[in-house]
Amino acid sequence: MKKNNKTKIVSAVLIVALLAVLLLLDNTKGVPSMLLTVLRKGAIYALVAVSMNLLNGFTGLFSLGQAGFMLLGAYTYAALTIPVESQTSIYQQYPGGGVGFSITEGLTNAMGGFGLLLGVVICLILAGIVAALLAYVIGLPVLRLKSDYLAIATLGFAEILRAVVQYAKLGPVTNGSNLLYGFTSFDDFKIGSLKLSTVMPFVFSGLCIAVVVLLINSTYGRAFKAIRDDEVAAEAMGINLAKHKRMSFVISSFFAGISGALLAMYQASVQAVTFKAAMTYEILLIVVIGGIGSISGSVIASFLFVGCSEWWLRFLDNEKTLKNFNAKLIFAIIFGLIVAGIAVAIFFKQKKNGKLGANVPCIGTAIVALAAIGWDIWFVISPNLKLPLLRSGFRMVVFSVIIMVVVLFFRKGLLGDQELPDVLHRFGAWLQSRFGKSAKGGDAK
Amino acid sequence: MAAKILPYLLGGISVGGQYALIAIGYTMVYGILRLINFAHGDIFTVAGFIMVYAAATMPLYVTIPLVIILTILLGVLVEKVAYKPLRTAPRMSVMISAIGMSYLLQNSMWYLTGGLAKQYPTLPWISDKITVAGYTTSRVTIITPILTIVLVVALVALIQKTKIGMAMRAASRDFETAQLMGIKINNVISFTFVVGSGLAAIGSMLYFSNYATVTPTVGAMPGLKAFVAAVFGGIGSIPGAVIGGFIIGICESFIKGTGATTFSDAFTFALLIVILAVKPTGLFGENLTEKV
Amino acid sequence: MNNVLTIENATMQFGGVVAVDNMNLRVDEGEIVSLIGPNGAGKTTAFNVITGVYAPTNGRVEFCGKTIVENHPQGKMEKLYKGQNNGQYTHVLKPTPDKITKLGMARTFQNIRLWKSQTVFENVLIAKHCRTTANFFSATFRMNHAEEQRQREECDELLSVLGLENVRNELATSLPYGQQRRVEIARALATQPKLLLLDEPAAGMNPQETDELTAFIGKIRDDFKLTVFLIEHHMDLVMDISDRIYVLDFGKLIADGTPTEIQNNQRVIDAYLGVSNDA
Repeated sequence: MKKNNKTKIVSAVLIVALLAVLLLLDNTKGVPSMLLTVLRKGAIYALVAVSMNLLNGFTGLFSLGQAGFMLLGAYTYAALTIPVESQTSIYQQYPGGGVGFSITEGLTNAMGGFGLLLGVVICLILAGIVAALLAYVIGLPVLRLKSDYLAIATLGFAEILRAVVQYAKLGPVTNGSNLLYGFTSFDDFKIGSLKLSTVMPFVFSGLCIAVVVLLINSTYGRAFKAIRDDEVAAEAMGINLAKHKRMSFVISSFFAGISGALLAMYQASVQAVTFKAAMTYEILLIVVIGGIGSISGSVIASFLFVGCSEWWLRFLDNEKTLKNFNAKLIFAIIFGLIVAGIAVAIFFKQKKNGKLGANVPCIGTAIVALAAIGWDIWFVISPNLKLPLLRSGFRMVVFSVIIMVVVLFFRKGLLGDQELPDVLHRFGAWLQSRFGKSAKGGDAK
Repeated sequence: MAAKILPYLLGGISVGGQYALIAIGYTMVYGILRLINFAHGDIFTVAGFIMVYAAATMPLYVTIPLVIILTILLGVLVEKVAYKPLRTAPRMSVMISAIGMSYLLQNSMWYLTGGLAKQYPTLPWISDKITVAGYTTSRVTIITPILTIVLVVALVALIQKTKIGMAMRAASRDFETAQLMGIKINNVISFTFVVGSGLAAIGSMLYFSNYATVTPTVGAMPGLKAFVAAVFGGIGSIPGAVIGGFIIGICESFIKGTGATTFSDAFTFALLIVILAVKPTGLFGENLTEKV
Repeated sequence: MNNVLTIENATMQFGGVVAVDNMNLRVDEGEIVSLIGPNGAGKTTAFNVITGVYAPTNGRVEFCGKTIVENHPQGKMEKLYKGQNNGQYTHVLKPTPDKITKLGMARTFQNIRLWKSQTVFENVLIAKHCRTTANFFSATFRMNHAEEQRQREECDELLSVLGLENVRNELATSLPYGQQRRVEIARALATQPKLLLLDEPAAGMNPQETDELTAFIGKIRDDFKLTVFLIEHHMDLVMDISDRIYVLDFGKLIADGTPTEIQNNQRVIDAYLGVSNDA
């Protein structure tokens, strides 16, 4: 009990500290805007990834409909919060379009800042509910399907949704295939002159993820895991498959809907074309990188993913000529180390699986790594100062190669099906045993 | 009335034949590996780009076989890199690998081509305009269904009559037992990818002759539709995939004809969901039950 | 003595194969009844029909006086009865296995089916889920604390009765075979059954483990006031433990009776040893 309380205090302190840092970042001049982008988008993607993990990782249902439910959430949120006076100009293609009211605007006028928050919360929940309702309706026929059929059917549903939203008859609400904008976004959250644009995504997304964590550790979450591990046994032990699968599907879609709304708030605009199957694939890859069945893995992976795709790998998209030989040498050494590191990691992994030797992955890795290092040496010797290959689009190639390496060689992802606190705890215990041992050895001497 | 319907029907049959050629690749791979090869649609697109670049420098009698050969090599390479190492892994992992591969191919194409739409070369003779029953169309419209059927008949003969065909049938029936009976499963799988990619290459030539431009993501949608065609016909069944392809192509063409273009994609998926709900094994699929 | 399980005219056909052919049997309260027969006789199929995994081609299963499974494809009108679902009349009743489990019937599997990523304790605790009264909302927001606490205590008690408390936090599938079977029994007991169906509980066990299991099955029957219906190949165990035995051969029941009667039944001996053509 005492230990439990201690953990609670520590986590509360950590959360407050995190929010304080975010608040500081929001209101300090000179903070790289990319950092804020990564934090905001990462927090939102974390929620989608967690919602997908609930289905794919914890219930064992391979669904690819996430983008569709996000789309519903985004449109629901946007349509309900566009200020009344801007509705005519936004819906100019559909005269008389727009819902004619704005929940956030109405509540802000009535109650001020608290009204804004209340309005946003109401609209986020409505966004989730709309997505969840649809999931409830389609869940019955779709969830009877097995693995890949389920995947392709949910993918199909997402595509249908995208087409329906762009349907001209729905134009007065969805604005057809045109942009929706001008609705309440994160930038509208302020305390006095303090901006909360990064704090708010963390608050909303964090609360939702907390609910998912609570759910997973409840008796229903355990039932989901039983279905994932062995459906036949789960059913024989009294778990109603249809009911529980549907429940998982509906909850996952609920949070996907909310995250869609959050994404709309972040982007300050919504358009159906962005919610393509490619978006679902990206989220799936986040889940895989983090570890299927690990909430903390999904959260960490979404920040890594967004960080890599938006920021850290950006330099790959621009041509670059190095200044002098020293810069070239430093580049070559770093490059060589990265290549060698990845190769060694793959070898180590294969050895752990007991497969090291003359197998195809190892030979392939060796050839690729040797070629890369050979090129590296050649590059140092050559008089050329311009870095080759770097131009628009290279970032995504490197990025997808990294993803393939993870998928092929590090299938468990960052955390497998473990959670970060457990891993840290075990790492601590391991360190302690190591440390304790060496201390003992010292004593003996 | 008939004159109004004819263009849509012809267009539908033509697109349907192209879907059918792609769908065969899906259905054969699924039959043996139980894997939706998400990268198949991208292999189809790569074939289009190879044609764009090859035709710029080489004469046509060189480029056509070259496109087919390079596409086949790519298909087999994808199998060796992305699927073979995961043969004993859970199905979900292999599917994720397929999605990752599709992502990699799309991004690579974007990088190599600069992301701009490329003009597809005009293939002489088959792109020529002809007139059928008072309606002008290009010759490819007529050739596609004929070529599709000829290729499918040849393929079915291959599967029914040859030794490798027999091995393929055995592997799709029971992967493990086939292995135990001395069938070199890796050769069978490679051969499956050879056939699938080769047909996708031919399909791409016919498809892009109609559509004129190639972009890195253009293959995703026909790829998915071809997959739906394969499911519709009963996954694992080649005649099923062909019939499914034609049905989807024709329906789509008529839906576009009524002006609801945005719904032609949605229709395909609606059809998929209906068929999965009503008859999950498709028109010609076989029923399998799990032993408890 | 009350009747717990009755099977009437049950037939299960897969295409041309008749796995269970017009089976009739009954199990009374507090009994231990065995179903034996050569490999492929249809024993597990019979279990699957009883527990709702397969809907029978024909026949009826009654549990504690209530019809739980019924199918009469010929549509004989006299077989119509008032089903449990909203008093609607039907002559086809094929509930999913979970509904049957909730009525108080639990089973183990021939090829052990434990939840592989879960510990022994979690395996047992998950089986309690079907007795949870909390809805999803109150479970998520921890408003069912008392119930959760009670369930955990019950599971710990079960584990100690079954001698599994020292492997409580091990991964269930990392245990030796004999213990895994025990976990499966613990898991089945956690659903609070009246009738326990054991599918080859001694498969893969050595003679010592089998002896322990024999004593153990008797003990849980008495402790939990159970009725036990089991499939088994170890004749020592079957003969030691059973009150009555049914013998199945090629889907047909060929004999039933006390262990002594079965041991002396010529048809049973023929079924197991084969009939000599010279005779």
